[in-house]
Amino acid sequence: MEEITTNCVLTAKDFASDQPVRWCPGCGDYAILKSMQKALVELQMPKERPVFISGIGCSSRFPYYMSSYGFHTIHGRAAAIATGVRLANPDLSVWIISGDGDSLAIGGNHLIHAIRRNLNMNLILFNNEIYGLTKGQYSPTTQRGKVTKSSPHGTIENPFLLGELALGAGSSFYARVPDTNQKLMTGVFVEAEKHKGFSLVEILQNCVIFNDNAHEEITGKENKDDNQVVLEHGKPMIFGKERNKGLVLDCLQLKVVTIGENGVTEDDLLVHDAETENPALHQMLVRMQLPHFPIATGIIRKVQTPAYDEALREQISLEKERSKFTSLNHLFLSGNVFEIKSS
Amino acid sequence: MLLKSPAGRENEKAYMSAKELKGAVIKFAGDSGDGMQLAGSLFTSTTAFIGNQIATFPDFPSEIRAPTGTVAGVSGFQIHFGSTGVHSPGDTPDVLVAMNPAALKANMGDLKPAATIIVDIDTFDRKNFDKAGLEADPLTDGSLDDFQVIKAPVTSMTKTSLADMGLSNKEMMQCKNMFVLGMVYWLFSEPMEPTIQFFERKFKVNPVVVEANKKVLLAGYNFAETVEAFTSSFTVPPAKKAPGMYRNITGNQATAWGFLAAAQKAGRGLFLGSYPITPATDILQELARHKWTGIKIFQAEDEIAGICSAIGASFAGDLAITTTSGPGMALKTEAIGLAVMTELPLVVVDVQRGGPSTGLPTKTEQADLMQAVYGRNGESPVVVLAASTPADCFDWAFEASRIAIEHMTPVILLSENYIANGSEQWKIQTLEELPEIHPPLPVSREEWSPYKRQAETLVRTWVTPGTAGFEHRIGGLEKEDGSGNVSYTPANHHHMVKTRADKVAKVADDIPLQRYLGKDANKLLVVGWGGQFGILVAAVKEMQEEGQSVGLVNFNYIHPLPKNTEEIFGKFEKIVVCELNNGQFVKHLRAQLPQFSYEPFNKIAGQPFRVAELKRKFYEIIERK
Repeated sequence: MEEITTNCVLTAKDFASDQPVRWCPGCGDYAILKSMQKALVELQMPKERPVFISGIGCSSRFPYYMSSYGFHTIHGRAAAIATGVRLANPDLSVWIISGDGDSLAIGGNHLIHAIRRNLNMNLILFNNEIYGLTKGQYSPTTQRGKVTKSSPHGTIENPFLLGELALGAGSSFYARVPDTNQKLMTGVFVEAEKHKGFSLVEILQNCVIFNDNAHEEITGKENKDDNQVVLEHGKPMIFGKERNKGLVLDCLQLKVVTIGENGVTEDDLLVHDAETENPALHQMLVRMQLPHFPIATGIIRKVQTPAYDEALREQISLEKERSKFTSLNHLFLSGNVFEIKSS
Repeated sequence: MLLKSPAGRENEKAYMSAKELKGAVIKFAGDSGDGMQLAGSLFTSTTAFIGNQIATFPDFPSEIRAPTGTVAGVSGFQIHFGSTGVHSPGDTPDVLVAMNPAALKANMGDLKPAATIIVDIDTFDRKNFDKAGLEADPLTDGSLDDFQVIKAPVTSMTKTSLADMGLSNKEMMQCKNMFVLGMVYWLFSEPMEPTIQFFERKFKVNPVVVEANKKVLLAGYNFAETVEAFTSSFTVPPAKKAPGMYRNITGNQATAWGFLAAAQKAGRGLFLGSYPITPATDILQELARHKWTGIKIFQAEDEIAGICSAIGASFAGDLAITTTSGPGMALKTEAIGLAVMTELPLVVVDVQRGGPSTGLPTKTEQADLMQAVYGRNGESPVVVLAASTPADCFDWAFEASRIAIEHMTPVILLSENYIANGSEQWKIQTLEELPEIHPPLPVSREEWSPYKRQAETLVRTWVTPGTAGFEHRIGGLEKEDGSGNVSYTPANHHHMVKTRADKVAKVADDIPLQRYLGKDANKLLVVGWGGQFGILVAAVKEMQEEGQSVGLVNFNYIHPLPKNTEEIFGKFEKIVVCELNNGQFVKHLRAQLPQFSYEPFNKIAGQPFRVAELKRKFYEIIERK
């Protein structure tokens, strides 16, 4: 087979496929697609390396719109299929593209186990709190009480909080990003790819048709500065239009304070440590809810724990060294073997 | 024929004076915790080692430790060994070892006339009769008058021989199986060295265990020799076999090894995604031991993740397999459809057990054929193969891999509990003797597109992520032929459904013609498939020897069928289709070759066929006007 190497510098356009993009006009997915193309350029990724593996749902059309390798699979199973891809070829850059229905309902089992195993791959979860492709039924992240086509009297289920679920399953990398902040998103994608382990990126994504403005309170122009704290490792937890609000720890509880009031200074604020092993503070951060707290975005947790795929490769090389067998013939002819000679 | 140094006969004298038999059937039966499977396996290894043909049939309850002393808790291991004509584990034992009254009760109806029964007399008390649901003591009520019964105090003798070793009662009782094994070795003039060597290897770090088992084994052997309870001992001379290297192998082990070999011959990595399920788990466990080959083993969170990870690995270029049994197959259904649509190589092994639902997890059945051939949404053709003996599981695992890769299709390989856990001698095949497997690769970038097909076989190419210049997307949505782009065009869907079916049908051009037994016969054709082959051969051969015009064809290629199937069927007046289900292959044949008339013969008891019941049926059909 002839090999074509791509030496020239790629641009975001090089990662766009020739297929027409068929998301609804105004869909949050467009921003994610763009940010991804930019991130790959920033990572200087050759086109043949990334593999986008998706399940079923609006989000899962994503691989068709990228010019690299892609696999549009079946509902909920993208993480399981990606696991096989990753284990078969460790040189690939593996990206799972999924949604709240795909990964938290039908694919919930694969999600928690993928997090637990910590394979070196990335999951971009488009959370629009609704089933879009089937036209508007409530999902596992839909807010309680919400009226949808399948909950005409309001849902009677509590939603999953993805961050909480992820940390509970032992996540080594969890980030939350609104679809309105492409710059942050691109940076998080780059960090997710660099992280050795399972990187889970939750996108607060807007479904313009079936759940418009679901994240408006967090992402809206008027609200975003006051209602979001964008966390950066090593930086104080500061937010607000005036950059005068922050988070402190008070009797083992997070508390919002205002700089300049009651003698509070910037030095009193918590400094974000995404890399600490202890998930206690990360858990408090992901649980913060409006209206008493801002929503935490950015990379909330990023810790080094052993990656499954690397551990498997290590076991294989160790076994190669220490096995008493050197070939299959050697194995087949080992143990209780006997010969029958021709008479 | 010379035999290369089997361990010296334990007792040359006994050997010389022993009666020579063509073959014998032994059944070890006891509580699940009595170590009957181990005793049976060790006897199997020894008798295989000295060159006998063997066929074994372990039969155990699904509970790990069912209530002791009850019929439901009886675990059995049957072995048929001999110099010639061993095609099945045998219908009726010549020797029964019964560790308690329940084991006797469960098996006494199946014995050969004048069979030898060895019982542990220490367990024959009122309490155990009650547990076994026996009114009276079968040893004294006359029901065993036609048999030769050896009343051995197995429990007490085991304790006595271990008295000075400082073992707990539980530890001593774990050696009971060696006492009866020693007795059986004496009875058949078989050497004890292979068993002693087994313990020395297995318990290297625990010499007390080695010593205890050795002691009890010898005690049993000596007991048999001295009590003169047996009227005679027997010897079974080694079988005549093709020259070569041999070993004893179970179906599941052979399946695992077949995949190891196939990956090497294809020059690809091997990936197994699997979830534990009886009776397929041994394949996962066997392969997990061989990471030194580079195999990537992934024990998944469920059956679906097992197959999905394999599909991912296949997309990325590995020979990818998943192993399961019926209930797991049901869960994998949707994912098999994805592999059909994306035309990726994949092998799904279904080691069949009794169904439906959880069914009979440790019993044998052939009832997943319909599920394998037809059980998916949409028009979803796959290749279906079936292994037919423990040793040929190696060949069928290899062949399934070859077809999957060379024809870019999922292949379902049906095994069954009966052959998966059964064992026989395998004529070892070395890598040099096996054919190369050729993955279909593109010739040049210019003429390539993801779904461009090779004209004769309709096979697309296998281009894997990481290959520069060939970036493409695949998926479960309908594909436009050639480009592989998503297509909802009506004519394209029609064309693609037909193309996928044709692609699988064309596999028939790439498989050997079906072989059959009975070239001169024309009266009755016995049709079977998969793992009942050995028993069918035994029945048909006996009838041929009895002068009957009977033939046998046992299918391994279930879908598509070999091209000469019609020709074979046409040679016979009557066709009987024998299978362990309610008539699935017969339905498949009626759909594929409706011009013939088929009579079904079905057994759905969780047990393999017996030669006697087959012959009865065949005679009835032949004699029917």
